Amino acid sequence: MPIPNLDLSRLRAQHRMMWRIRALEEAALRGLDEKIVLGAIHPSIGQEAVAVGVVGNLRRDDILLSTHRGHGHTLAKGASPDAMLCELFGRLGGNCGGKGGSMHIADFSVGMLGANGVVGANIVIAAGAAHAIKLKREDRVVCCIFGDGAINRGPFLEGLNWAQVFGLPVLFVCEDNGFAATTRTATMTAGGGPSARARSMGLVAEEVDGNDVLAVDTLARRLVAEIRAGGGPRFLHAHTYRLTGHTGADPATYRPSAEVEAARKLEPIARTAAILAEAGLAASDLADDRQAAEQEMLAAFLAARAAPFPDPSAAFTDVQDAGAPSLEHV
Amino acid sequence: MAVMSYLDAARAALAEEMRRDPLVWAVGEDLGRGGVFSQYLGLVEEFGPERISDAPISEAAILGAAVGAAMMGTRPVVEMRFSDFALCAVDELVNQAAKARYMFGGQTRVPLVVREPMGMWRSSAAQHSQSLEAWYAHIPGLVVVCPSTPADNKALLKAAIRSDDPVVYLEHKHLWPMEGEVPDGDHVLPFGKANIVTAGSDLTIVSWSAQVHVCATAVAALAAQGVKAELIDLRTLWPWDKETVLASAARTGRLLVVHEAVQAGGFGAEIAATVAEHVTARVRRLGAPRAPIGYAPPVEDAVRVQAPAIVAAALAMLR
Repeated sequence: MPIPNLDLSRLRAQHRMMWRIRALEEAALRGLDEKIVLGAIHPSIGQEAVAVGVVGNLRRDDILLSTHRGHGHTLAKGASPDAMLCELFGRLGGNCGGKGGSMHIADFSVGMLGANGVVGANIVIAAGAAHAIKLKREDRVVCCIFGDGAINRGPFLEGLNWAQVFGLPVLFVCEDNGFAATTRTATMTAGGGPSARARSMGLVAEEVDGNDVLAVDTLARRLVAEIRAGGGPRFLHAHTYRLTGHTGADPATYRPSAEVEAARKLEPIARTAAILAEAGLAASDLADDRQAAEQEMLAAFLAARAAPFPDPSAAFTDVQDAGAPSLEHV
Repeated sequence: MAVMSYLDAARAALAEEMRRDPLVWAVGEDLGRGGVFSQYLGLVEEFGPERISDAPISEAAILGAAVGAAMMGTRPVVEMRFSDFALCAVDELVNQAAKARYMFGGQTRVPLVVREPMGMWRSSAAQHSQSLEAWYAHIPGLVVVCPSTPADNKALLKAAIRSDDPVVYLEHKHLWPMEGEVPDGDHVLPFGKANIVTAGSDLTIVSWSAQVHVCATAVAALAAQGVKAELIDLRTLWPWDKETVLASAARTGRLLVVHEAVQAGGFGAEIAATVAEHVTARVRRLGAPRAPIGYAPPVEDAVRVQAPAIVAAALAMLR
């Protein structure tokens, strides 16, 4: 049955963006195969609806903090895939000049204040970014995305408490893919989980099917509006599934293939395509979205693969002003 | 010149910087009531509770929030109450504050000051007495400051607040009531410029923080025995004033580094090694035994580096 009041052009744009994320990560995995991705990468294949549904509701001057599994969030915030693949390959032209890699991608020009290599570390930093926004009387919103494993770290409690006590403009997003690295999160988590913990500190917390981009979009739009209106922090708990392993190199043999296959049937891009088709979009248009994304990322891949490495002297830049290092002067 | 205490000098520095720059703010436990040592007394009345902000007992959030707030263009001054408690926020300081500028390829700065009252303060025992400055000096990205006088505490805190680097600012608890002359006006010291407390030609003694004053007592005792020791107060451990220390050690031919911190792995080892690598001089370190700091005065004093030990070490080097 067709969905009433469907914003077809918005959903189409979300379909395109999900394909862009998927294609970017497929390009990154190709880079891993070709051994030009030098460090670990953590794909979010299967989780694209969370990135698109949440981040699509942020303004360009809003702030985003992400995790080690942050390629999708970063692209959705407006970062250039050319720069992102250069960063993954450790090349000049990367967002961080090749000095950060996948886990430290940041693009301050679009308000993306960094992925983070430490689980949960971004939660207190996000609270502080929101604190600064409040001190400066700005109407910007901070969005902090973390995984379900992060709720067992201390900064989860400290950061949510801080945001609630100071009434800060921050949307906490728990992107719950069921796994903390290679361990099922439920086996290592006491109590009612992410939303229950957030509610225990007085935050408004809402749960959503994170593979339903329409549902995520609708909920995130409302929560961001409430935050921007001065309502204080909100908590969005999105249930999704990680179709790949923890890292690009993890075959994820710790879960039965039947489970993965069942999850694949619920993956967000095909579900979105089905809604669009039912609303009358031609199959060729849907195929175009995929093809355009794959062409864009192939071009970015080839350009990044051809880009030079940074000069070794970059090892000594941007360390600090006072007492900066140099080759001669350890 | 005005005479003021080490504590009041820092309070004056913070107040002056907050008047000068509306983006400077302070956050920590109990600041609205003046802070645990009254370093912030009266400031909330002038600047209000947003800029002199109370905080939950959440060291990771205090420091982590400061990282986020600093990346957003404010200049937070973070109060950690005791340097020992800052260990609850090591990720936020070491992995986040110190690394953000570098790993994001220079897209941001993290201009925050972490005030960490350090050192032995009678019968504060093992979790309220430590001197961990060497740990921070080991971390690329951090500036480490250890002021020893009221004048330096004012001038260096102002420099720290104006710095675009994250600064670990270690005030010594024992020095809070110490009075001294403080220059009037906007007096700011550069990082990495040591103070030659006493000039001398027989040996060089390098120290910092409260231990400088113990060394000064030792230097006076040495003078009474005809030994002319040069006493250098390093003021900042990173950057540290290699030029002054190397020149002095080259001239005297003897270097003794003295610190309150545990000797093993202490910053004295870095200074001694650097001097040994660059000049012909005898080098020696004097720090605390590698033992926790006890509560009972005799136990506490057993790990304290006191003037007679410094005199003995100096005389042994001269023999």
